[in-house]
Amino acid sequence: MIGATLLIALTLLSIVGTIVIKGLPAMSLDMVLKTPRGGFYLGKEGGILNAILGSLFLTGGSTLLALGLSLPVALYLNLYARKGSPTAHLVRLALDLLWGVPSIVYGAFGFTLMIAMGMKASLLAGIITVTLLIIPIMARAMDEVISMVPTELVEASLSLGATRLETALRVVVRQAFPGLLSAVLIAAGRGVGDAASVLFTAGFSDAVPSSLLDPVATLPLAIFFQLGTPFPEVQQRAYASAMILTILILLLSGSARWISRRWIRHVVK
Amino acid sequence: MRRFLDSSARRGMQLLSFFSLVLMVTIGIALLVKSLPILKAHNLSDLLLGSSFKPLRGEFGFLPFLVGTLWVTGIAVGIAFPLSLLSALYLSEYAPGSLRNAFRPLIDLLAGIPSVIYGVWGIVVFVPLVRDHLAPAMGRFSSGYSVLTAGIVLAVMILPVVIHVLLEVFSAVPVESREAALSLGATRWQAVKHVVLRRSITGIIAACVLGLTRAFGETMAVLMVAGNVPVIPRSLLDAGYPLPALIANNYGEMMSIPLYDSALMLAALLLFGVILFFSILSRWVLVRIERRTL
Repeated sequence: MIGATLLIALTLLSIVGTIVIKGLPAMSLDMVLKTPRGGFYLGKEGGILNAILGSLFLTGGSTLLALGLSLPVALYLNLYARKGSPTAHLVRLALDLLWGVPSIVYGAFGFTLMIAMGMKASLLAGIITVTLLIIPIMARAMDEVISMVPTELVEASLSLGATRLETALRVVVRQAFPGLLSAVLIAAGRGVGDAASVLFTAGFSDAVPSSLLDPVATLPLAIFFQLGTPFPEVQQRAYASAMILTILILLLSGSARWISRRWIRHVVK
Repeated sequence: MRRFLDSSARRGMQLLSFFSLVLMVTIGIALLVKSLPILKAHNLSDLLLGSSFKPLRGEFGFLPFLVGTLWVTGIAVGIAFPLSLLSALYLSEYAPGSLRNAFRPLIDLLAGIPSVIYGVWGIVVFVPLVRDHLAPAMGRFSSGYSVLTAGIVLAVMILPVVIHVLLEVFSAVPVESREAALSLGATRWQAVKHVVLRRSITGIIAACVLGLTRAFGETMAVLMVAGNVPVIPRSLLDAGYPLPALIANNYGEMMSIPLYDSALMLAALLLFGVILFFSILSRWVLVRIERRTL
């Protein structure tokens, strides 16, 4: 048993170790500050700024959109819906099931949606698809967080004559803020790392997108494509890109953890 | 005014909540509508059991991909299940609380690593391992890109999910029943075997099924290490071509070949349906456990 536990810990070390050892030699300032130049995928000059910025735009956009859609759902489930109401039960079930749906299916669905709306692979289509992908994650995480808010606090607010909306915005959201924020960050982490859903919807481009309708590169796909070329120099860069993505993910999950631990002090116990 | 705001907010939130339900149904319907053309052109059993996949000639047999998916998923669950059962038992029954708390973030971290990174890791570590050591040791040739490699990588990817659920399941076993066994002179292992494991057997199955659904739909990592040859794999060291990889690999060209896009949509629909079925199953089991402990 101890062996199995140790093995799992070692696996994590091995993953991070591999990425760092392979990625570090190819890491340079050019990688993060330049977009691909001509012949980049043959091993010439350039960097992956297009993918880094693309991932940030895409994830930022869809995280904001998902936040706007998930927070009301979580609030509704906990404040408006009656205890044991079949609607709330059904919605939670649907969210849980959607959580389990693989991202490639979202990709296929997003693609269908995109065609039906007459769009091309673009930042906007990517944002919509990733939003759909992370809504269940964010909404369910927020649901858990809000359900932890003490009932007394809510009742106190209601008994003072506040409406449910005022209670939701001024009391519940404030009380649950650290948890809500880490729910957002967790969902963002999932969005940054996902490739299968944006494969057909976001396209790929060597340029930083200038509008919502431009195709956009993302880090996971940049890694995938670079690794797929037969040139060792380009594969080296794929490792470096993988390292950048890992760092980004670690930052996101690290700050989620830090926030949920640190800001807890400002919350009424 | 405040009342009005409140009631309109209520409406809006309710509407958004229904959105998730609508979304699920829409995904199902959209995929179904898109895969209708191919379902009309061929009958379902031909599609599922045909082993020849040549879109240019209008042959769409999904069997190689289904078998590939089953191999990869089977290997992944076969490796991940014993590992996670043992470590979850250790963490919940033997390990001191501080270790348990230290391990939690580790598991979360493992769960948060993107699948592309797992793919890179698989290519760097396991592909050479299988190619240069495992295959020659068995007297076989392999490119390293095989169902075994994909299974190993997938196993690591589903570990955190399975461990997480197992820990929940074990913590639902009341402390008293363990103590009762111990006070009767049972050793710790006997208590674990006869009390903890016996009481949580359904939960263990649910955890397993949940891991299975994750492995089933995983795309990128598998796509990168499975080899992607549309032939039914005959051994662990052969390349396979799981269903999700098929979808991901062929999106670019599918528009130019008749029925191809419909075939891929059918693949997506299959994934969606199977995963929905297994998720509902495991959820049903887990909910029953929760009820019993209350």
